Amino acid sequence: MAESVGVGTHGAEDAHGHEHHEASFFQKYLWSTDHKMIAMQYMFTGMFMALIGGFFAYTFRMQLAFPGMEVPFWGMVTPAEYNALITNHGAIMIFWVAMPVLIAAFGNFLIPLMIGCDDMVFPKINRLSYQIFLISVIVLLASFVVENGGFGGAWTMYPPLSAKHEYSLTTLGSSLFVIAVALEFVAFLLGGINFVTTAMNSRAPGMRLYDIPIVVWMIVIASILFMASVGPLIAGAIMLFMDQNLGTHFFDPNAGGDPILWQHLFWFFGHPEVYVVLLPAVGITAEIITVFARKKLFAYRTVLYTTFATGVLSFTVWAHHQFIAGIDPRMAHIFTITTLLISIPIAEMMFVFIATLYGGDIRLNTPMLWALAFIAEFLIGGVTGIFLGASGADIYFHDTYFVLAHFHYTFFPIAIIGVYAGVTFWYPKMFGKMMNDTLGKIHFWGTIIPFNCIFIPLFVLGAAGQHRRIYDFTHFPELAQYQDVRVFATVSLVIMLLFQFVFIYNFFASLKKGKDAGPNPWKSNTLEWTTESPPGHGNWKELPTVYRGPYEYQTPGRDEDYWPQNVPS
Amino acid sequence: MSDSAAAAHAHHDDSHYWKIWAILCALLVVSVIGPLFEIRVITLITAFGVAIVKAYMVAKNFMHLNIEKQYVIYLLLTMLVFVFLFFAAVAPDVMKWEGDNWVKPYVAQESSAPAHH
Amino acid sequence: MRPIANTRSAAGIPTGRLAVWWVVASEIVIFGGLLASYIMQRLAHPEWADQAAVTDWRIGGFNTLVLLSSSLSAVLAHQAAERGNGKRAANLLYVTCGGALTFIMVKAYEWTMEISHGFTLQSNTFWSFYYTAAGIHALHVIAGAIIMLIVAADAKKNLELHRVELIGIYWHFVDIVWIFLFPLLYIAK
Repeated sequence: MAESVGVGTHGAEDAHGHEHHEASFFQKYLWSTDHKMIAMQYMFTGMFMALIGGFFAYTFRMQLAFPGMEVPFWGMVTPAEYNALITNHGAIMIFWVAMPVLIAAFGNFLIPLMIGCDDMVFPKINRLSYQIFLISVIVLLASFVVENGGFGGAWTMYPPLSAKHEYSLTTLGSSLFVIAVALEFVAFLLGGINFVTTAMNSRAPGMRLYDIPIVVWMIVIASILFMASVGPLIAGAIMLFMDQNLGTHFFDPNAGGDPILWQHLFWFFGHPEVYVVLLPAVGITAEIITVFARKKLFAYRTVLYTTFATGVLSFTVWAHHQFIAGIDPRMAHIFTITTLLISIPIAEMMFVFIATLYGGDIRLNTPMLWALAFIAEFLIGGVTGIFLGASGADIYFHDTYFVLAHFHYTFFPIAIIGVYAGVTFWYPKMFGKMMNDTLGKIHFWGTIIPFNCIFIPLFVLGAAGQHRRIYDFTHFPELAQYQDVRVFATVSLVIMLLFQFVFIYNFFASLKKGKDAGPNPWKSNTLEWTTESPPGHGNWKELPTVYRGPYEYQTPGRDEDYWPQNVPS
Repeated sequence: MSDSAAAAHAHHDDSHYWKIWAILCALLVVSVIGPLFEIRVITLITAFGVAIVKAYMVAKNFMHLNIEKQYVIYLLLTMLVFVFLFFAAVAPDVMKWEGDNWVKPYVAQESSAPAHH
Repeated sequence: MRPIANTRSAAGIPTGRLAVWWVVASEIVIFGGLLASYIMQRLAHPEWADQAAVTDWRIGGFNTLVLLSSSLSAVLAHQAAERGNGKRAANLLYVTCGGALTFIMVKAYEWTMEISHGFTLQSNTFWSFYYTAAGIHALHVIAGAIIMLIVAADAKKNLELHRVELIGIYWHFVDIVWIFLFPLLYIAK
């Protein structure tokens, strides 16, 4: 059967890394089945989409701060464009940035390396998943340029706004949006099966379940959560598409349908989805703090069981997004209880991290700063969620900027801080060079400080009653007085976006000018650091055997303060 | 690459599977006869009870879940539990026609076709 | 051809079979979500009974028989593959595909009849669900049949015989979905 050459594999005899053929550019970069290359594809695509999502944020925030004025690099923002910008900003950041980078890129890169095997179990399906993902990107981008522009009905796509063209005012855009989301789901289902099967079956000899690095567990559990929750929404997306284009009335109450059904279908997935993106970020943080505190993870099994509990509980909280949608109030009571309960396991994980750091030999380099920032900022996100989980308080807060600030204090740590943490930490392994740590710190502070300046004010605005998805607050007399706050937030955003150029420069300049990294610059225990940087074809000349868990740091009686997993006792 | 974990595979005679098939056909007949009694409860039991039994038999005997690893069964059951959870939590909303302060108005669709064959 | 990763079995079952179970698991939630939505809407709209009465249990029942029998041929194909008899496995897989084809043709006939009498996708939300649920199922039948043909082509040459079981597991799942669709759409309407 046809085999992709160059980075394709030929079984046992190829474990010694023979290049059988000279791979063309196309074969090496666009048609590869090598998990590391596919990881890069996801990572760069995700980062590109982050630029677009960030640009949209800049544009709509400029409109909010200076309503009715032309936004540099965009022009005038019409109300319809405003809606499309916020809709696609949200969808892009979750589906086309957080998921591809945190799960697909890091999952693809790290899982085979951290469990000691040579690739994913299904390399061609892996490649197919990226290709489907790329098509979803193209479909989404296409939705912006078709007649009447992109979909503007919020990333939650509630019908009838999303289902009827006379409400959404788009002809093709809303259908393309649904198709793009559906394709993204298929890509991640395929990818997820690869990750789960690989992690279950292909571990190095000697690697028991409790020897698996936490980040691998997290990505695998995230994939399982995704698989288990996306089903009803796939059904719903098909039904929505049909309502949009084939004249059905699944969600039209005038014709026997029910729009609340869509809400439930969406949020049954939507809530586990936030844990799908959270878990990999938590995993990345765990890896970083153990390495840079030179300390064992405080309670590996507790973290693991807590994650299972979080996963299960995450399926029981979804209707807290619908407290004021007219759901049965008895349901609202139940969902309040479950929502407040779920804060416990997450908080507990944060405490485990703090306990891990306590007494450690801490190095405050760039990845560590990002990991610490994740913990601190996510805590703020978590506690503000409590206000929203209580259905009584939510009656006031729902759809205000309080919600928006809450979820940015959770999503930003996940999708931005978590990604920067992971990239700065594994960059040496991925590219064989060290990033400049000074530039890294400048970028760090230039991101974190403005980030808080953007969103703390938004909590205040939300408590003052400012509602979401409105393109000009100067129309509202009680809210117009806060315009200075909006300008402040927007200016902070612009500053934050400008600091991202520091990262972009650092990323590309270090590829050329960075110090050579060597296999293990951080003196870490996990298996990916036992091979060359970047790993060659097949990852190791001889696949490793594992003798202990991943967090044996500062073990008494040893010269070194770390003990790699593959070193015999 | 033939499965070398032979212990996981019962090499049944083909006749075993023909027997299961015959039972499944008989169950199909039962489920089809059920409605003829025109008693709702009997129809429901024959239709869905039979469906559950048939699904169980296919899963056990054809998919070999009886000799598969335990965790596979737990995985599939867990997914089923999620489906039931979804139904249990959403049905009260979707199936409600009125609350304390609202009603769900419904205009019956004009069907362009005759209702009965 | 395969990475070493593919040949390991730390979880105790071969990788291919483990993957198929995960596929089945995610499909359970997809179909489950769709059917749960249908059931709650159907229960909320007793007046759909008029529309539902139109579906013909004889056609549905015949198609159920076809799929059950195709499941039989699929598992017999698996047994043949277990014994190393690739040719017989391939032939039994072709029989299964024949069943799939029969199912689709009967469905095509059935839908043509219903549509020509005016029971279209849009005429009533009952019919929207009916065509959507049965349609997505039918897509899975077609996809399964295509994959089955590819597996059979290899099996005939005694290659990749383990895949006969894998496509079989998928096929039995498709059969089980129909086992529930049949009473939902044709019997306990």
